[in-house]
Amino acid sequence: MSTPQAARPRDKITAAIRKTTAAGGTALVPYITAGYPQKDHFIATLKAIAGAADVVEVGVPFSDPMADGVTIQRASHTAIAAGVNLRWILRELTAAGPFAAPIVLMSYLNPLLNLGYRELAAASVPAGVCGFIVPDLPIEESADIAAALDNQGLALIQLVTPATPAERLQRLCAASQGFVYAVTVTGITGGAKELPAEVTGYLDRVRALATLPVCAGFGVRRAEQVRNLAPHTDGVVVGSALVEQLESGGDPVVFLKALRA
Amino acid sequence: MQTEELLPAQRADLLRRLVAGELPDARGRFGPFGGRYAPETLMPALQRLEEGLQRFLKDADFQAELGRELRDWAGRPTALSPAPTLSRRWGATVWLKREDLAHTGAHKINNALGQALLAKRLGARRIIAETGAGQHGVATAAACARVGIPCIVYMGAVDVQRQAPNVERMVQLGAEVVPVKSGDRTLRAAIDEAFRDWVSDPNGSYYLLGSAVGPHPYPLLVRELQSVIGREARAQFIERTGGLPDAVFACVGGGSNAIGLFHPLVGDASVELIGVEAGGRSAKLGENAATLATGRPGVLHGTYSMLLQDKEGLVQETHSISAGLDYPGVGPEHALLRAIGRVTYVSATDDEALDALRECCSAEGILPAIETAHAFAGARKWAATHPGKTLLIGLSGRGDKDMPTLSQVFGGARKILEEAGG
Repeated sequence: MSTPQAARPRDKITAAIRKTTAAGGTALVPYITAGYPQKDHFIATLKAIAGAADVVEVGVPFSDPMADGVTIQRASHTAIAAGVNLRWILRELTAAGPFAAPIVLMSYLNPLLNLGYRELAAASVPAGVCGFIVPDLPIEESADIAAALDNQGLALIQLVTPATPAERLQRLCAASQGFVYAVTVTGITGGAKELPAEVTGYLDRVRALATLPVCAGFGVRRAEQVRNLAPHTDGVVVGSALVEQLESGGDPVVFLKALRA
Repeated sequence: MQTEELLPAQRADLLRRLVAGELPDARGRFGPFGGRYAPETLMPALQRLEEGLQRFLKDADFQAELGRELRDWAGRPTALSPAPTLSRRWGATVWLKREDLAHTGAHKINNALGQALLAKRLGARRIIAETGAGQHGVATAAACARVGIPCIVYMGAVDVQRQAPNVERMVQLGAEVVPVKSGDRTLRAAIDEAFRDWVSDPNGSYYLLGSAVGPHPYPLLVRELQSVIGREARAQFIERTGGLPDAVFACVGGGSNAIGLFHPLVGDASVELIGVEAGGRSAKLGENAATLATGRPGVLHGTYSMLLQDKEGLVQETHSISAGLDYPGVGPEHALLRAIGRVTYVSATDDEALDALRECCSAEGILPAIETAHAFAGARKWAATHPGKTLLIGLSGRGDKDMPTLSQVFGGARKILEEAGG
């Protein structure tokens, strides 16, 4: 059974970003590790953040987060120790939704594979999950999961990086769903203090190829960076900096609002 | 991606393709296993590595250089030794393939040297490596010094403690050793960290992976470089005995020495191949590293293979007294060899391995690594139920590096030290 075009969950992602860009703004896509720093504050934190965001990225903690820097590693291990896992996240989201912004799950492949792609796709829809970002799944290995997600109208969001050759960039932009995730640095999450100077030219290249909105992520921490990126991107993903705010007891909504200032 | 059991016809076909040299296929698959599950940032680098492998591994010039260095610097071919005392005790004919006699004391040098030479041809500015027991780190440090490329080795903080002599060796050989305090602080965390380093500099750095694991083309590259063990052993065995052994044993962590020994023998149908995993303290999840015996298929460190994981798909912490076998995954070719029934995988516990280590010392005057001792434990058990057979054991490395653990467990020198001091 195919989902009618207009109701596809992945279109909600694109629409949410476009609504903000149409009004001249830059979409904000905050990332939180599910259940961190406190498992029982997950839904409250998520609701608050969803109210201040265009799309929310929820991280499924994994034991071996090899594309992540120290902040998200720490968050992942703490969340796992508290008993956070994919099934728990889907249950919590299903019970507490709907949310003010579409949700995207960011997960390494193994927890998704372990649950089973069909069950994953079926459980995502009632949970308000509209798409997936899988940092250790290149397009060459994605046929099985992409088919299962597509069946429910869910997005498999492709990442592109400054190291991606031109032809591959084109292929990834064409295959992505929801938005195109443009990794701004050659490195892991949260690593860079400053974004490289050539990032704007790179983002312009991605944007020229993509028909979907482009969101820039990895190393975005401050309002000034968001302002500088704004002419070159449709949205920004803010991960490690927000997780650090949550760790230190800061108000995530105040932090996110300040990023838009 | 299929995880169900293979049909008999599929098994036979996969074995035929493996023997014919058709696996891994163009996508890096060994039947259902393998592949390339890597972050997008690394995809161009993995593609370049694959092209480099295809170009140089068959290149006469490269092979001549590798062969020369293996002979002149690494000390190959290594000996095939009869083990007369073990033979008598076990009621079998026991032979040992002596990788402990290779330069730096283990089979790891075959791969480290080959990849360092490849890295040089690919123009690498620096080499990154991970290490568990420290043998791959030492081999890489030595090969990098020989080839002239700076070397950074990531090593779990737990392993830094239990393999301290190897840390000093790496430092003396000019490597920068980085203790990894994240994750489980053993080999698995060291691989995570090495990948993170590589993701930050995929163009200038070469990741010299030490086992037959990781994203394609590493399992192929490491197998090709380690197969020198099995090729030599096979030829030596025929020369010395006029035939082949009945059974061949190797320890399996990630599985590089085992695949190196087994791969050239896979087509010899009469030879039984037996891999011995770390049984740790017990068969309970978390108390061993017997991935093939108790794992389920999953993706870790870029490959789809057998994996020790919990019911949520989180990678399980492992335990083995041997740092080199203390790993929750295993090379995808082993997963295939198990699935098609060509190799039998068993396990030996910490205590059985230590017992076998002592026996090898007293019987043959050889101190094997604790990793290697697992293969001896497996062979001894097999010999007890198969009297009169001819056995070949892959003696993958020497045990000098294990002094901190052995002193702790046996305390053999403690009394003497006290006496000398007192």
